[in-house]
Amino acid sequence: MKPTRLTQVGNWVIDRFPLTKLWNEHMAHYYAPKNFNFWYFFGSLALLVLVNQLLTGILLTMNYKPDAELAFDSVEYIMRDVSWGWLVRYLHSTGASAFFIVVYLHMFRGIIYGSFKQPRELVWIFGMLIFLALMAEAFMGYLLPWGQMSYWGAQVIISLFSAIPVFGDELSLWVRGDYVVSDATLNRFFAFHVIAVPLVLILLIFLHIVALHEVGSNNPDGIEIKKNKDAQGIPVDGIPFHPYYTVKDIFGVGVFLFFFAVVVFYFPEMGGYFLEHANFIPADPLTTPEHIAPVWYFTPFYAILRAVPDKFAGVIAMGGAIAILFLLPWLDRSPVKSIRYRGGLFKKALLLFVISFLGLGYLGTQPATPGATMVARVLTVIYFGFFLLMPLYTRWEKAKPQPERLTMQPTLEERVPELIELYEEATVPTQGGTWQRKPDFSAIGCILVRFLKKLKKSLD
Amino acid sequence: MKTLILWLSLLLPSLAGASASGVDLKHARIDLTDQQSLQRGAKNFVTYCLGCHSAKYIRYLKISLDFELPEETVLKDIAPVGAGIYDPLLTAMNGHDSAKWFGITPPDLSLIARVRGADWLFTYLTGFYDDPSKPLGTNNVVFPDVGMPNVLWQLQGEQEAVFKTVQGQKVLDHLVLHQPGQLAPHEFDGWVNDLVNFLVYAAEPVQLERKSMGKYVLFFILMFTLLAYLLKKEYWRDVH
Repeated sequence: MKPTRLTQVGNWVIDRFPLTKLWNEHMAHYYAPKNFNFWYFFGSLALLVLVNQLLTGILLTMNYKPDAELAFDSVEYIMRDVSWGWLVRYLHSTGASAFFIVVYLHMFRGIIYGSFKQPRELVWIFGMLIFLALMAEAFMGYLLPWGQMSYWGAQVIISLFSAIPVFGDELSLWVRGDYVVSDATLNRFFAFHVIAVPLVLILLIFLHIVALHEVGSNNPDGIEIKKNKDAQGIPVDGIPFHPYYTVKDIFGVGVFLFFFAVVVFYFPEMGGYFLEHANFIPADPLTTPEHIAPVWYFTPFYAILRAVPDKFAGVIAMGGAIAILFLLPWLDRSPVKSIRYRGGLFKKALLLFVISFLGLGYLGTQPATPGATMVARVLTVIYFGFFLLMPLYTRWEKAKPQPERLTMQPTLEERVPELIELYEEATVPTQGGTWQRKPDFSAIGCILVRFLKKLKKSLD
Repeated sequence: MKTLILWLSLLLPSLAGASASGVDLKHARIDLTDQQSLQRGAKNFVTYCLGCHSAKYIRYLKISLDFELPEETVLKDIAPVGAGIYDPLLTAMNGHDSAKWFGITPPDLSLIARVRGADWLFTYLTGFYDDPSKPLGTNNVVFPDVGMPNVLWQLQGEQEAVFKTVQGQKVLDHLVLHQPGQLAPHEFDGWVNDLVNFLVYAAEPVQLERKSMGKYVLFFILMFTLLAYLLKKEYWRDVH
């Protein structure tokens, strides 16, 4: 058969560029464990949200004005007069929150299945650097609408630098470019938000993926699939990333987009958590809002900052809460990776950690009353305790035996009959019709007790 | 260091803000498909609010387009005399003057419904009561010591506050109308409701379009997800 013109062009490129090699190395011949579950969607979803942020961000910069006099007006101009501007802006603002949701879940996946442990320490370090860059990106982006919360949030956070002894005041002045947050600050934050930090982010994501593909993906069992290879040197429990995980991730994208679109089209403010109410008031350097709260994704760290009585110590604690995550691969002394084969101590510690993280997140949105501050202090101690005591409790606990090969858990689909049974147990039929059922509260109580007993047992 | 202490101290909730929390907000009936209500609300806004407050992100043309009113009707019935169809809803009052008279320049109201919420606005606008201790003679149930006079007093009449004593402190209980205005109480509530309805529209003119578009987007995504699921199932048949 005579090659077509298109094939000829393709061959011309392939002769000069390792396109096939790259594709095979990272997609078609990259062998991923076959038992990825729900938690493994969030990496590809983070990439999807990044693309969304880049595309909508480019469109927004076409009409946004980084000028203290014009910024607020230009955002409203985008919302009202630019064709589809409202959609682009809501995709970007909802995307910011969605980014943190998927990244937090992605990180939590890493913690429960031990994906940060040897040999994936560097994957974790690059990931943490991405998290840092993402926080910088979100913080600087939040100033751009130039609303009251943008302004005063930035004012509070930048002034934290002044808590550093000796050169703190000069440092915060240097960051702001003025004595208060002003036009100079807005302009430089714009430059960082649209050019500098995105470039760093993309570089780090590249490194994160290269490092991951060098060592291979972890899995919910936390065992290395490369230990069991067939005659061709292919892991027996591995499947090619493409097409298996590309089609699976497309399905994940669909589910994610459904929830994303519900927020974009019906709840773009998300009750004041994604777009804060006070941010619809233009920035006013002379009027301080009654209650300054950062956006929800910073509130756990903000609550830690407020929980510490001394301001400099508070800044150190807030920075430490993030920095300590970098050390995770070396704090964990357990011989097993996955939570499935760890002992009870780690599971209990992790449960406490999740409670403290969510609790701190909630408290960070609330005014700092004396009672709330006391609770925040307890939760801060638990937060740090999880990490600082980890070398001890992971060494003491007794790990369960790990399997030789990957285990397959029942899929959601296979559990449908089980769920229908549960629904039938929790409800009783009414006289009205065959399909009408009403909740049976005593049965729901039984199910709850059973669930709690199971939870308690799984913590051992 | 000192600036930091200042910023951190600002984070504590101010005591003034806490005093208004005892009042339950009244419920505003928001219906952005009710064109009649929105038209009345726009007219109420221009007649009673535009004297001091602007709504600069809205143009008369936008009102004409969104409420399906001919441009001439908007200029004749809604816009003040002299306004053009491309003009935004700007106030004639000079900001420096108003700052001198009221202590603060009256804020632009384009986005006020997104800041305060419809129920708060409704409660605020119906919640003025006589208070001789204040420079303007009135006070408000949800915005204590507000600088704005009760501009709707001719329509509403005058209200008096009834206080009760809770744990030794005087707390506002409810308001009674002691001098009726031009409108009966239920008519007045309807009047304010129209105005709040308009403000909710003005805060985000695209919201009806957004919501009606949403269902098609969600339907498309559901179909896409279903196909993606079937595709995944087909590919994964040989994985055990």
